[in-house]
Amino acid sequence: MSRNMEIDFCGVKFKNPVVTSSGTFGFGKEYNDYYDISALGGIGVKGLTLKPRTGNPPPRVAETPSGMLNSVGLQNPGVESFLKYVLPQLKKIDTNIIVNISGNTMEEYCEMADIISDSGCHIIEMNVSCPNVKQGGVAFGTNPDTIYEITNKVKKHCKIPLVVKLSPNVTDIAEMAKAAEAGGADGLSLINTLLGMSIDIHKRRPILRNNVGGLSGPCVKPIAVRMVWQVKNAVEIPLIGMGGISTGEDAVEFMLAGASLVSVGTANFVNPYAARDTVEGIEKYLDKYDIEDINYIIGKVEAWN
Amino acid sequence: MKKELVKTKILQKREVAPNIFEFIIDADNALRESKAGQFIHIKCGDGVYLRRPISICELFENKLRFLFEVKGEGTRELAENEQGDFLDILGPLGIGFTTNKTYQTPVVIGGGIGIYPLLQVAKEVNPITILGFRNKSLITLEDDFKKVSKDVIITTDDGSYGRKGLVTDSLCEILSKKTVDAIFVCGPMPMIKAVRKIALEHNIFCEVSLEERMACGIGACLCCATKVKSPVVGEDYTYFHVCKAGPVFDAKEVMLDE
Repeated sequence: MSRNMEIDFCGVKFKNPVVTSSGTFGFGKEYNDYYDISALGGIGVKGLTLKPRTGNPPPRVAETPSGMLNSVGLQNPGVESFLKYVLPQLKKIDTNIIVNISGNTMEEYCEMADIISDSGCHIIEMNVSCPNVKQGGVAFGTNPDTIYEITNKVKKHCKIPLVVKLSPNVTDIAEMAKAAEAGGADGLSLINTLLGMSIDIHKRRPILRNNVGGLSGPCVKPIAVRMVWQVKNAVEIPLIGMGGISTGEDAVEFMLAGASLVSVGTANFVNPYAARDTVEGIEKYLDKYDIEDINYIIGKVEAWN
Repeated sequence: MKKELVKTKILQKREVAPNIFEFIIDADNALRESKAGQFIHIKCGDGVYLRRPISICELFENKLRFLFEVKGEGTRELAENEQGDFLDILGPLGIGFTTNKTYQTPVVIGGGIGIYPLLQVAKEVNPITILGFRNKSLITLEDDFKKVSKDVIITTDDGSYGRKGLVTDSLCEILSKKTVDAIFVCGPMPMIKAVRKIALEHNIFCEVSLEERMACGIGACLCCATKVKSPVVGEDYTYFHVCKAGPVFDAKEVMLDE
């Protein structure tokens, strides 16, 4: 049957609602080696900083029940190198590009927003929620006043939509969401990873060299769904939902909770086709219930009174 | 041509030493392109989330052989698979050993469970092989290496088999008599460090195979970092990734926590 999978997100047309989460998809090439990633609505590229970053010492990953911890620490070649060497190749692929940015200072975020606005990318995702770096990152994302201020400042430098990526490591995520909306965010993405820790009891040492890291994977999904639902009920701007999405069913759950786009992250590591499979899974769901337009299901969960 | 995920059959399973398993799987698929030193990334079972990287031991007659020690949950689940079961595999992955050059006197050095990726190397370069183990009961693949090496020296820490001592003692003895032009090494980190040091002192081409905790296996997550001398002027070091730039590295390039 004919069905519409297209989503208008902050004025940008996505051929379907499935995107990939920053930090789980490299710069797209690694997965494009396995399938044509133009099948996706968009891709979120590895988080960029103004200057190159070497990242944290290893071990950077630990397996946890139904998920993993990471402490990569934003290793990346820097925004200039991305624009010069990576982006020209990426633009040949017919899919939207979501550029994730992190800064040590508000000024760095603004400078990066200036640079990326003119690069031909589609969305800027402002990461104020990375748990693995000492400066910036999550320090900006756990206080509503700071979120308001940084969003307000960076928005003035954006010629393309600005999405603020929220941290789940807060008491009330709806409050953070409202602050970002008031600051001028065009959309929100949530959730980033949950701060966690894993200890090798035989060595009596944390497994991660950074001691703590970000938890992701299916184990965080119920928390992410809950937060998307809470935020949807608190703001008007559209949401990118993520946190443990591995299948079309998972994606539909997030969309019912209120996400307009859904992002596949950690699942890519286990199944390189996870994002493409998610697109197909959503289509099957629409077919099963004779739904003609994907937009119909966004926020359509009927909560109990 | 896109790369593919392989679902392939276990043809043979054997416990070759306590807690050490050998699997021979069907490689009449993408795995037939495997090179010495590369690895496969295996979905071990439903009880663990991430794949586990396992080095390729040998390729023969469209079959792939690998060995692993049961160390944690992942390898424990992998060992529960039986002959006839299918494994979900990404691979071959990574960059292997440089075996496509002609060497006069290559030396292959392995320690413990680190010897497995070296058998295919030995098959291709006909080396002098030095294998080190803690004791006699842990010795594996001795006959396999003997078939393809000029000479095989076994060392044990406790002297229960072969020569008592370290692989580096045997390496130094060879270096005092012969000009060695390549060393290929895999094993515990102290051993790799010691062999690397000797190779650098003697200015011998040396490749080391490294292990690191890994997630995606294909260079996307950037988890399996190892410190290397930076190619960028003014920068002391950077991190490359074992899954993509390795697992085999030039000894001159890696820093091994220097």
